[in-house]
Amino acid sequence: MDLAFTPEEQKFADEVRAFVRSHLPADIRDKVKNGKHLIRDDYMRWQQALGKQGWLVYTWPKKHGGPGFTPAERYIFENICAEEHAPGIIPFGTKMVGPVIYTFGNDEQKAKFLEPIRKSTVWWCQGYSEPGSGSDLASLRTKAEKQGDHYIVNGSKTWNTMGHWADWIFCLVRTDPKAKPQEGISFLLIGMKTPGITVKPIIMADGGHEVNEVFFDNVKVPVANLVGKENEGWTCAKFLLANERLGIAAVPQSKRGVAALKAIARAEQENGKPLIENQSFAEKIADLEIQVTALEYTELRVLSTMAHGGQPGPEVSGLKVRGSEIQQRITELTMEAVGEYAAPYLPGLLWQGSNEEPVGPAHAHLAAPRYFNTRKTTIYGGSNEIQKGIISKMVLGL
Amino acid sequence: MDLSLSDEQKQLQDAAERFVRDKYTFENRRKIAATEKGWLAENWTQMAELGWLGMAFSEEDGGYGGGPIETMIVMEQFGKGLVLEPFLPTVVLGGGMIAKAGSKAQKEALLPPMIEGKKQFAFAWLERQSRYNLADVSLKATKEGSGWSLAGHKGVVYNAVSADNIIVLARTSGGAREEKGLTLFVVDGKAKGITRRDYPTQDALRASELTFDKVSVGADAVLGKVDDAFGVVEDAVDHAIVALCAEATGCMDAINAATLEYIKTRKQFGVPIGKFQVLQHRMVDCFTNAQEARSMTLMASLKIDDKDPVVRRKAASGAKVQIGKSGKFCGQSAVQMHGGMGVTDELSVSHYFKRLTMIDLMFGNQQHHLTRYSNLAMAA
Amino acid sequence: MDLALKPEHKAFADEVRAFARANLSPATKAKTFSGKHYDKDDHIQWQKALGQQGWLAYTWPKKYGGPGWDVTQRFLFENVLAEEGAPRIIPFGPKMVGPVIYTFGTDEQKERFLPGIRSSEVSWCQGYSEPGAGSDLASLRTRAVRVEDALGDHYIVNGQKTWTSFAHWGDWIFCLVRTNPDAKAQEGISFLLIDMRTPGVTVRPIIMLDGAHHVNDVFLDNVKVPVANRIGKEGEGWTCAKFLLANERLGIAEVPASKRGVRSLRDIARAEPQGGATLADDPAFTAQIADLDLQVQALEMSELRALSTMALGGAPGPEVSTLKIRGSEIQQRIAELTMEAVGEYAAPYQPGMLFQDTNETPVGPDHAPPAAPRYFNFRKTSIYGGSNEIQKNIVSKMVLGL
Repeated sequence: MDLAFTPEEQKFADEVRAFVRSHLPADIRDKVKNGKHLIRDDYMRWQQALGKQGWLVYTWPKKHGGPGFTPAERYIFENICAEEHAPGIIPFGTKMVGPVIYTFGNDEQKAKFLEPIRKSTVWWCQGYSEPGSGSDLASLRTKAEKQGDHYIVNGSKTWNTMGHWADWIFCLVRTDPKAKPQEGISFLLIGMKTPGITVKPIIMADGGHEVNEVFFDNVKVPVANLVGKENEGWTCAKFLLANERLGIAAVPQSKRGVAALKAIARAEQENGKPLIENQSFAEKIADLEIQVTALEYTELRVLSTMAHGGQPGPEVSGLKVRGSEIQQRITELTMEAVGEYAAPYLPGLLWQGSNEEPVGPAHAHLAAPRYFNTRKTTIYGGSNEIQKGIISKMVLGL
Repeated sequence: MDLSLSDEQKQLQDAAERFVRDKYTFENRRKIAATEKGWLAENWTQMAELGWLGMAFSEEDGGYGGGPIETMIVMEQFGKGLVLEPFLPTVVLGGGMIAKAGSKAQKEALLPPMIEGKKQFAFAWLERQSRYNLADVSLKATKEGSGWSLAGHKGVVYNAVSADNIIVLARTSGGAREEKGLTLFVVDGKAKGITRRDYPTQDALRASELTFDKVSVGADAVLGKVDDAFGVVEDAVDHAIVALCAEATGCMDAINAATLEYIKTRKQFGVPIGKFQVLQHRMVDCFTNAQEARSMTLMASLKIDDKDPVVRRKAASGAKVQIGKSGKFCGQSAVQMHGGMGVTDELSVSHYFKRLTMIDLMFGNQQHHLTRYSNLAMAA
Repeated sequence: MDLALKPEHKAFADEVRAFARANLSPATKAKTFSGKHYDKDDHIQWQKALGQQGWLAYTWPKKYGGPGWDVTQRFLFENVLAEEGAPRIIPFGPKMVGPVIYTFGTDEQKERFLPGIRSSEVSWCQGYSEPGAGSDLASLRTRAVRVEDALGDHYIVNGQKTWTSFAHWGDWIFCLVRTNPDAKAQEGISFLLIDMRTPGVTVRPIIMLDGAHHVNDVFLDNVKVPVANRIGKEGEGWTCAKFLLANERLGIAEVPASKRGVRSLRDIARAEPQGGATLADDPAFTAQIADLDLQVQALEMSELRALSTMALGGAPGPEVSTLKIRGSEIQQRIAELTMEAVGEYAAPYQPGMLFQDTNETPVGPDHAPPAAPRYFNFRKTSIYGGSNEIQKNIVSKMVLGL
């Protein structure tokens, strides 16, 4: 048992750091560092740089064009990217549909879809939730009727993240309305430019636009875009959700978040002294840091099991639960640190190019929108209540 | 980086698990707790034979060259059985301080017999006013000829009743609560001038109040340097904290397992109560809390011998905060989910709950260590 | 709307205080403030004094021999007694079976049982829970079979009751028993009063995690109970049961005791040394007491609002369940912080010290011996009287309509 990196791992870490420092554009790094919103082009420039290096799909095995990192290498890669203020990799292609395609897709589909994901030349989004199907995903009603070599898709998807920037969407659709809820579902890939698709923004509590409703009105999808067998889409869905949960704890991002929170607490004043010298506030940060450490070591234990050939079990659901709570706590304490200067609402400042002068310190205007927005983390990716339901059933046998 | 156990460590884990299964059924433990000393000589001998009393010591000191991971493995199993033998005061604290600060003669005289199971220790540091401050010591040691004379009071000294030697933290110079001016003495447990008041603790261990009335010891009783004991004590206590965290992790596993079993079998309203979502989610929270406790204990066990003292201190305090939080949550939840049965003396669950509660109070509770961690982390 | 007390209420409070000072034994009072166990005499002596004054059954209407107080008087009475260190009134007679008897009993039963309750001459205990019927009380299985023989009309009762507080002190027990096993769970139950001296009644102590004996198993083995001891109609005992549980929940928040608890906690913090000063100088600790203090105030205001509804003729609704939930959590938190205040000196186990009449001197300060046992023991408050989970279900169903 050893915490230290091997010389090879150390060398790899140096290599990753050098790469990020030389390839991450400075303007993007600054945006991430200052908590500004990124635009599509920012993500694409960085992801294409990673794609060229072969690292964008860093969780993929070599067989499918991934780098075949060991769990320790994945850990190092994620941590260094976060430390160096790289944007998070958009998961819909790389971590979600990609692995579904190389696991359940046919050779033709692999040849057609995997390369653009590895290189980040197309943008994917996810069509899972529906207005009537949230936690109870299997109750979804978007219908796909087979007509010759096409499906005709009708219905709507919601909570679709960044669909307004997407080229493709992967969807769960009902192909057999008579079967039991989970048995009549299929997994379809749909080009976003297909006639009949409408994207309608949903504006969030912080005023931001990142999610959408997507409407399908007689959308024609070739049968060749069906992944896996018809009516067996639930298998793909479950596989994808399990993959999604592993990275969702966002430990490296939370470590960066705690560091940023400390910097803000050093900058904020109270009674003529930096806020960080307020014992009770400092202890709240300390408590948070301990929570992050506990989460990190839980993740490391899972990775260590995987390195020895074990599979991550349903207990990774626990990582999602705690990870999301920690992300929320960071934004909550950040807002607390800012105090009354969290009140001014200056949406323009969230975009780098704005000429507006901030009210209060430069970090202040972000605090409240982030706090409001981050409430989503305990809801998305399967709400924390659903995660606990999974652990209760799969791990505890209740 | 590799967090898996070696084959030897797995064997150690199996052996400790077997020991607890064989020797520490709930009824057995009740009997052991009711004996006069509160532990069994045959168990202690077996621990010596299995090499556990010497595993964390260097071969030079007569040990087997292991370290905190081995201690963690064994303590975790001890927690599962609520083992009563005085491993912590004797081996982790007493043995630990002697190995770290002892002279060659002291090591030779004390460590091999301890490793063979023939000598036990107690560590007397706390006083009525100390709370969790290791430097808040007023028991005075004054020069007397070539030796020293000790006078004052020590409280809640675990295992003093069985200890061959008591390691006493005394003030040799400096003012109240000064870290400088503290000295450790190895005192014979039966030395003239020591009055003992023995009592059981809430969790069925044995502790004592000790009064030192001009207890004379020789110069060779000084452990380490005069006036300079604080660092040794802090380090030993941090090691003890990590060992306690491992014990608590074992307690949490056991109490969670007992609760899970109970809510699967106890029926109300025609179904096992584990079918109610409110209990399911609480059980999941218990499970997650135990996972976090295990993670922090592992982290602290890996870092407790780090070269950087700040890393060591943060590791110990961080783990103790987690154990305090998780232990309270698992303990209180287990009692609640057991309903009335949880508050009786009849099931193991209340005994684990009491031990977890007392572990939080030992060497500084959650709040104390949060403050300590915070001061260390914010200074960085 | 007015928080201030009217002059007549002030006078009333003074009267209660003077009474408590004149009639509460100093030894009993000292036990309250040091957290020691009461013995039976502590309770009975005090309750008899209250009984003589006509105040023991203080929630009862005048018609049944109560003082007929308004809600403000009740509130003052409870608070003043708590401040003065009186033991809480054992509720089984005056707060539980008494109101059941005067609400559902016959005139004969009222005459027979109420005076003994009002005077505390007769001690009652409660036979509700069974080993298999806890939260799901209606699943109880203690059987009462009706027989008529030469000796008259009787029930023969067989079964087991558990968690019976003070059964070892009790003269009578009120029991829920199943008289019709074929009816639906809640419909075949009857409410019986059983003399504890009847042959076939056995009491077995249950030792709690702090080593104390308050509760018992009660075994009923062919116990013969006259039909005249049944309250209400046969098969309609569940109505009495529900009525009683709702009454129980009202006082169970224990606000006056918690206010006293917060005060003692502050005293202990002032007495506990830390770093050359006291624990009361530690802002992290005092902030936790302050938080608790505010919780108690919120609970008290909620209780006052409920009382104010009652004063205007309303009945206490299911929302009193929230008082029980928060009240029990607060009692637990007080015990938890008190133990934390004591620190490592909470570890010595000194059961002898919990009874006044020992010659032992405590290890550590006087307030240390009860700290951990109380913390352990008070875990029961979120379990008894309908566990907090059950209370939340009641609120969810009856208040929120879920």
